[in-house]
Amino acid sequence: MIRALALLLGLQLIGEAAAAALDLPLPGPVLGMLALFAILAATGGPGRELDGTAQGFLDNLGLLFVPAGVGVTLHLSLLAEAWLAFFLAIVVATLLSIVLTAWLFDGLSRLAGPQPQDQPSDHGGGRRDG
Amino acid sequence: MDEPFFRLWSYLSAHPLGALTATLLAYAAASWLWERSGRSAFCNPVFIAIIALSAGLYASQTPYSRYFEGAQFIHVLLGPATVALAAPLYRALREIRALALPVLGVLGLGAVIASGLALSLAALAGADATTLASIAPKPATSPVAMGVSEKLGGLPSLTAAVVVTTGVVGGARGGLVLDLARVRDDRARGFAIGLCSHGIGAAQAFRRSERAGAFASLAFALNAAATALIVPVLWLAYAP
Repeated sequence: MIRALALLLGLQLIGEAAAAALDLPLPGPVLGMLALFAILAATGGPGRELDGTAQGFLDNLGLLFVPAGVGVTLHLSLLAEAWLAFFLAIVVATLLSIVLTAWLFDGLSRLAGPQPQDQPSDHGGGRRDG
Repeated sequence: MDEPFFRLWSYLSAHPLGALTATLLAYAAASWLWERSGRSAFCNPVFIAIIALSAGLYASQTPYSRYFEGAQFIHVLLGPATVALAAPLYRALREIRALALPVLGVLGLGAVIASGLALSLAALAGADATTLASIAPKPATSPVAMGVSEKLGGLPSLTAAVVVTTGVVGGARGGLVLDLARVRDDRARGFAIGLCSHGIGAAQAFRRSERAGAFASLAFALNAAATALIVPVLWLAYAP
């Protein structure tokens, strides 16, 4: 876990340094993510230690952005002022893009050739709870 | 107020441990509520925890900066967690090798649509540059979206709240609009919900089927990277 954590933090550090030095529009941690992806592609996947540590972070990802989310209290006047913009972007744009993306997926997978058959119960029968 | 209680309260509210513990407790309680509600999107633990803690700060007249002195110890883990997203991204790309081209095509176009539509509608409603920059990366998962928002001149904490609400809307009502749009393929349904409403949407897609959930997780991991790469370019079209 220690070595995996050192790797994650080290790559973030390198990412932050590269973003600052080269004045890139990408956030440092995202550059770190792309660097780790390149390492995984070159080495054939994460080892057990890294996989476990990464999973630990991902399982609790929601908790990690609660402190920032509470910061919305600093911007309540902006929210009240531009409520229509936020409503359109959060509700209308999200639902509309879900439909457009799904249609796009349907269309392109039809173009890409014959549909792979639905496999009803190869691995464990699926879920019956709907 | 009686004196010993008041002294204890001012000690706790000045000490970083208070905010740290309150954040963990709020999230644990919200997670419990989410399970009890049968994992309803409206009871998403992140959403509920943010509302509860905000109400707590307001009621106790605690300034956000003092809350953050304690909560920053959780916040700082966002960086390594973002780097760790490479693991699911790697798995996702291995899984789609067979149908990589259509999926990557939908990913690229979908990322432009999801962010561009939000930008355009907000701009139509007269939003200023700061608001637009905070909204633009909203389809990506919070840690990525916050980083992009900051780079574009937005407010990361506003972005975090916009991203969470986007996830709740997509998770709660995405299935309904897809029914109306007559999309029946669970791969398309999951992929669209995961792309537009990240992990919170993906958690809801699993309630429809394993297949929808798997494609939602796939799209969520892919779009964390795609939004980070595409939105700064898209932003140039809006840059004031």
